[in-house]
Amino acid sequence: MDGNYILYKFALASVILIISLVVAMYATLIERKVAGFFQDRLGPNRAGIYGIFQPLADGLKLFFKEEFMPGSADKFLYILGPSLTMMIALLTSAVIPWGDSLIFNGVEYSLQVADINVGVLYVFAILSIGVYGIMIGGWASNNKYALIGAVRAASQMISYELAMSMAIISIVMMSGTLSLSEIVNQQHGFNWNIWYQPLGFVLFIVCAFAECNRAPFDLPECETELIGGYHTEYSSMKLGFYLFAEYINMFISSAMIATLYFGGYNFPFMDDLGLSHNALTIIGFIVFFIKISFFGFVFMWVRWTLPRFRYDQLMRMGWKNLLPLALVNVVITGLIIMLKNHS
Amino acid sequence: MSTNQQPGLLTNRSKVVSDKKMTFMERIYFPAIIKGFGITFSHFFKKKATIQYPEVKRPIAQIYRGKHVLKRDDEGRERCTACGLCALACPAEAITMVAAERKPDEKHLYREEKYAAVYEINNLRCIFCGLCEEACPKEAIFLTSRIVSADYKRTDFISGKDVLVEPVDQRIDISSRQTPAVLNFKKDKNQSHNI
Repeated sequence: MDGNYILYKFALASVILIISLVVAMYATLIERKVAGFFQDRLGPNRAGIYGIFQPLADGLKLFFKEEFMPGSADKFLYILGPSLTMMIALLTSAVIPWGDSLIFNGVEYSLQVADINVGVLYVFAILSIGVYGIMIGGWASNNKYALIGAVRAASQMISYELAMSMAIISIVMMSGTLSLSEIVNQQHGFNWNIWYQPLGFVLFIVCAFAECNRAPFDLPECETELIGGYHTEYSSMKLGFYLFAEYINMFISSAMIATLYFGGYNFPFMDDLGLSHNALTIIGFIVFFIKISFFGFVFMWVRWTLPRFRYDQLMRMGWKNLLPLALVNVVITGLIIMLKNHS
Repeated sequence: MSTNQQPGLLTNRSKVVSDKKMTFMERIYFPAIIKGFGITFSHFFKKKATIQYPEVKRPIAQIYRGKHVLKRDDEGRERCTACGLCALACPAEAITMVAAERKPDEKHLYREEKYAAVYEINNLRCIFCGLCEEACPKEAIFLTSRIVSADYKRTDFISGKDVLVEPVDQRIDISSRQTPAVLNFKKDKNQSHNI
């Protein structure tokens, strides 16, 4: 392992970190714009052309707001909560294959920070820690609304993780690998997993909404009942971290959906274009971001279309509908694989 | 009125509530969700209802009742004689005034022998009903189509004579409110207010 390699990995990680942050920043603006358009409004358009400086203004506002900590709060955990949430939100981006590889002077540079052979497991592990950031924040606030919100978040995320894992297990069974780059490479061209796993995709996307605490599963925040839920007592940039992490999660979830079901950086007729490897990689990177943007839009579209579920409906759907369906999907996938191998 | 309307109902848009069992298609949510997506997506391209306020303004009525003006006569003298009828007529008690006697060398400033030394309207109390204008026997106070602007302090909403009296060189047009019909009505001896 030479210095060059470390430098390149470090640069790649920094670039992806910055991209994640900038995307999340502008996702707030796009969300407000989209919300406005869905409601026959225009959305923010005063700060710069099309409101392009709105996220900067919002960020600045969050920095200048009073930093308030409740007197009865646990100081260490109170700060740990949002920090953990932010860190975990950013961690997943390490294993996502953002593109194929670039070749300079005969040296291949992969556009994936860490091509670990248990990429899918890594994503699950990080997702499972995600609940701690919210739980710790809600607990440390010493506020009953925050606590209820945190408990809701915990139960919701744990419940939907099951169905989500089951949905992905079908993919893993199909592709026979846990490495994300391998899964993407198997979906070369238009051979996307969505054609083989439509049910799995629906299950996965529903669970992804629940994992991100996005509407219609935004019960942990639930302004009407819980006045903000787990981040009721948070202000200033600590609140900003929670809100920001939500958008990063959305971005990463969209990237995961695109990676697992929509071929990642693969696009139809990529072999017929006759382009060089590097050009294909760059186009693939752009295509991947178009896919991510589309799913980001779907996240917003769903938020501004569907009302929030009731808590019992949420739990019933997670345990009684999604989990059995995911199990059935696993069984069907297994049967088809067995029949294929047999013949 | 349409004929197929049920008696006792104002519109025929009300629906009868039922608690029938949902069919399978209804229970799996997805058809309804897709339909909802269609509805929201169609709104995405609809004409926006937003009016870009400071640049674009909504059309207002000809006889809009906004910020008050204290008129001067043709020679530039204040018409108000501080009779107090406007303050009396005001249902919100928004008008206060202090009367003073005109000095001989002030004949070019005030039309009548008595004038309002202080004349204040509290715009937060005012309900813009226009009764002051109706009560005024000297045609001195009028409501205009100008809008009372926002401000930071409550005291800033109390307009004195510096705001209310129209400048000599920038007369404010009130012809849309002071039509001949209005003038005739005010002077009509058959009306109870003139008996």
